[in-house]
Amino acid sequence: MANKLIVSLSPHVHNNDSVQRNMYGVLIALIPALLVSLIYFGVGAAIVTLTSVVACVFFEWAITKFILKREKNTILDGSAIITGVLLAFNVPSNLPVWIIIIGALVAIGIGKMTFGGLGCNPFNPALVGRVFLLISFPVQMTSWPKIGQLTSYIDAETAATPLSLMKQAVHGDTSALEQLPSAFELFIGANGGSLGEVSALALLIGLVYMLWRRIITWHIPVSILATVFIFAGLMHLADPVMYASPVVHLFTGGLMLGAIFMATDYVTSPMTHKGMIIYGVCIGFLTVVIRNFGAYPEGMSFAILIMNAFTPLINNYCKPKRFGEGKKK
Amino acid sequence: MKTFRIGGVHPAENKLSAGKAIQTLGLPKQAVFPLSQHIGAPAIAVVKRGDMVKVGTKIAEAGGFVSAPIYSSVSGKVSKIDTVVDASGYRKPAIYIDVEGDEWEDSIDRTTDLVRECSLSPEEIVAKIKEAGVVGMGGACFPTHVKLCPPPGAKAECVIINGVECEPYLTADHRLMLEKTEEILVGVTLLMKAVKVTKAYIGIESNKPDAIKCMTEKAQAYPGIEVVPLKVKYPQGGEKQLIDAVIRRQVPAPPAIPINVGAVVQNVGTAFAVYEAVMKNKPLFERIVTVTGKSLKNPSNFLTRMGTPMSQLIEAAGGMPEDTGKLIGGGPMMGKALVSAEVPICKGSSGVLLMNDKEASRAEVQPCIRCAKCVSACPMGLEPFLLATLSAHREWERVEKEDVMSCIECGSCQFTCPSHRPMLDYIRQGKGTVGGIIRARNAKK
Amino acid sequence: MNLILVAVLSLGAIGLISAVVLFVASKKFAVYEDPRIGRVAEVLPQANCGGCGYPGCSGFAEACVKAGSLDGKLCPVGGQAVMTRVAAILGLEAVATEPKVAVVRCNGSCEHRPRMTRYDGVPSCAIAHATYGGETGCTFGCLGCGDCVSACQFGAIRMNPETGLPEVDANACTACGACVKACPRHIIEIRPKGKNERRVYVSCVNKDKGAVTRKACEVGCIGCGKCVKVCPFEAITLTDNLAYIDPAKCKLCRKCEQECPQGAIIAVNFPPRKPKAEVPVEETKMEVESK
Repeated sequence: MANKLIVSLSPHVHNNDSVQRNMYGVLIALIPALLVSLIYFGVGAAIVTLTSVVACVFFEWAITKFILKREKNTILDGSAIITGVLLAFNVPSNLPVWIIIIGALVAIGIGKMTFGGLGCNPFNPALVGRVFLLISFPVQMTSWPKIGQLTSYIDAETAATPLSLMKQAVHGDTSALEQLPSAFELFIGANGGSLGEVSALALLIGLVYMLWRRIITWHIPVSILATVFIFAGLMHLADPVMYASPVVHLFTGGLMLGAIFMATDYVTSPMTHKGMIIYGVCIGFLTVVIRNFGAYPEGMSFAILIMNAFTPLINNYCKPKRFGEGKKK
Repeated sequence: MKTFRIGGVHPAENKLSAGKAIQTLGLPKQAVFPLSQHIGAPAIAVVKRGDMVKVGTKIAEAGGFVSAPIYSSVSGKVSKIDTVVDASGYRKPAIYIDVEGDEWEDSIDRTTDLVRECSLSPEEIVAKIKEAGVVGMGGACFPTHVKLCPPPGAKAECVIINGVECEPYLTADHRLMLEKTEEILVGVTLLMKAVKVTKAYIGIESNKPDAIKCMTEKAQAYPGIEVVPLKVKYPQGGEKQLIDAVIRRQVPAPPAIPINVGAVVQNVGTAFAVYEAVMKNKPLFERIVTVTGKSLKNPSNFLTRMGTPMSQLIEAAGGMPEDTGKLIGGGPMMGKALVSAEVPICKGSSGVLLMNDKEASRAEVQPCIRCAKCVSACPMGLEPFLLATLSAHREWERVEKEDVMSCIECGSCQFTCPSHRPMLDYIRQGKGTVGGIIRARNAKK
Repeated sequence: MNLILVAVLSLGAIGLISAVVLFVASKKFAVYEDPRIGRVAEVLPQANCGGCGYPGCSGFAEACVKAGSLDGKLCPVGGQAVMTRVAAILGLEAVATEPKVAVVRCNGSCEHRPRMTRYDGVPSCAIAHATYGGETGCTFGCLGCGDCVSACQFGAIRMNPETGLPEVDANACTACGACVKACPRHIIEIRPKGKNERRVYVSCVNKDKGAVTRKACEVGCIGCGKCVKVCPFEAITLTDNLAYIDPAKCKLCRKCEQECPQGAIIAVNFPPRKPKAEVPVEETKMEVESK
């Protein structure tokens, strides 16, 4: 026998899952939403997404190499690409390139690498970037172009989104809710908004794909969506003129995108199923509260970031049910 | 179909030798018997250099209550009592016997006739099992008679027979169930009698439909024995998981043991060994060993005398392939990587698995992405990622608080980790250290 | 005007109440601590290495003050100088102690001890030790994963990539004993530095029988006992096929080093022998390394 035998502890086999497989799986799940955004926003969507991905990957590479001085670079594991795509999906398609680059720097630099890179960040990097941009550049970040202007980018004409109409209704505009597009239009995405969030249908296809590949479990998305539906439904029943119907809530804004792709981020979500449901319910509740009572029309990003901060606490208190524990109690 | 309720994974089965009937392996030139082949105190040699022994002669006496005697599997001359490199690479005392001929002790019934009637009392059965040196044949090697003597206060309600064989590659139990069905069933009735219960379940995973069919048909004639088909899921062969799957009871955290929920679990191989010990007067000195591996020419199941070097089994299965990178005693999930092929077959050697270099090497470790797949996979409801991190940071108090002692070391966490983190290496260290701390604490009291 | 008055009064009242509460609490819950403990702790190195056997420097300071004598107490990091200052603070006699150093008792380098298997687990000696006997045929020798290196707070141990063995920098070593505790195979020993930093020791901990040891390692102690016979001071004992030189009895005559057929006995920091005697390879090498 030519070789020296290898000795290590069991197990000696592996199911061949890898970080890359999971990350690229998420990227595949994001493709339908990307296609929809290209159909509705055309060249603007392409420029924004490409800029964001390239900037995120570049910053990760540069920070790893020149600041952290690590030998091994992690840009190929796909996590920076996901951050880039998600950041792009969370901004309007007419956002200038320089703002996107700043967002990518904040997302990767502050949101991820300061904490030590993949696996160590307490907050979802894409959302850190998004919220930073929202606070720093509120005008650019909240003027969404109308759909269908395939060839225009920064010069695109803007219009009110369903979410701003809903906010007007809360502030006393009794006719605002009547101007909302139909639920079906909202479902397939024929309305204004950030480029990746418009089509609930495309995002749901992504969800089904991720569940099928076992990349994520159902707990977080379902608990968020169910909570929003129930809570918004109760408010709608209480006052249908002021508060939009729960179906509209589900299909507008970043709710689907957040519930399916951002709240489920491995690193920043709880580890146990029980914890995931608590986390999801709280996000859903906070989102509706911010949407209906807060200063901003959209609350998804804030809700997720707030709950990201609570994740360690949830992990600490929600232990999985130990084997044999059920009998004692 | 029934299965256990928490966690679990699905490794590729790779049961390459499932269709191969059991063959009898030839005698070795020299047989080596380590004195510590079981959990508990090592056995004490009762032969000395130059003594002549026969097949079935006792060569070492049990070293305590939790211990088992050892019998020679060959006839010949004791050449020396020295040390041998055991499965873990450390030197342990062992008896070497040079083989001459094949002469058996007269007391052993060498016929293959099935003996069903047994007039012995439960105590006599247990005494015979103890005397024959029978230990758990599934791999843990816990002396069987200890399990059959419930501690005061505990009462057995049923016997559960483990025919699950959830480890990939291994087929020794599967073949035994097909070829020695009746003997196993008689062994089960003996076990039931020994612990004074009237109910026994034989759990078999549904990837062995022939064994389920065969066992179910023959079991009709044995009152109280029920065959329970189980959904395929690893680690169903774990004692606690099997009890949960079959009778829906969960053994509480250590120090609780299966008898606390009324179950006595034995492997099918043990049931067969019990049959031979009680009905045929034959002590435990041979067993079925699966020799397997993807690069091996002829994966097979051998009836092997103990003390035979593994190299002889590999030779009989087509020889060691050039690209062998790892030699595993047992299955790929819980087996031990061996330092050489000269390690002798012991009571707990259920298989020899060869892996090529590529299969055997561990992949590069990546950072934990907190995907929680290990938490979902853990059959004990633990948090492997947390235990591993705490162990690596040597925070033993917290490791203990997070129930490290419940870990059964099944490897599901590491098997499923996308970052290929060596979690179980750390958890084992934590378990070992915390175990030591607990023992020291108890000793103080 | 009224508003300012209310503000001043309410803030004043809060301040007053807080002051009373704090005063009462500081009196009621005061814990007396011997002021000397603080002063002793100040002169200690504050490395908190635990080498003295107490939990950190403050624990050691407390123990010194409470014991009322410095017998058997030594801060291995600060050494004699610090202990003299501690003695001065407490008005006690400083006990003279011998300076010590960590010694690695394994010479089974890659060259001397062929590797038989490849370890593929976590690079930690503790885990490798629990896994199996090690990459070589010697189940007692160094595993080479460097637990001692990471245990050392003073950067005094480093791994030599050529030999695969740790090397102690005698000048940086404080003999705190952290490496001794970290080594799962108990290879490292704290020994007196010796006269002129000269030391003679058996660089092996293998307890296997001679033949087994010889097969596994070219420089392992085979327990032949020649050194025991040749030693004029009865400083060498042989237990379980392993020789041990008692530093208290050894007079550094180096007879044993010449006698050892395996070259397992090592003498460091001696001038080279006269040309007629053969110079063992290890001796010169160790000299270079320790300088």
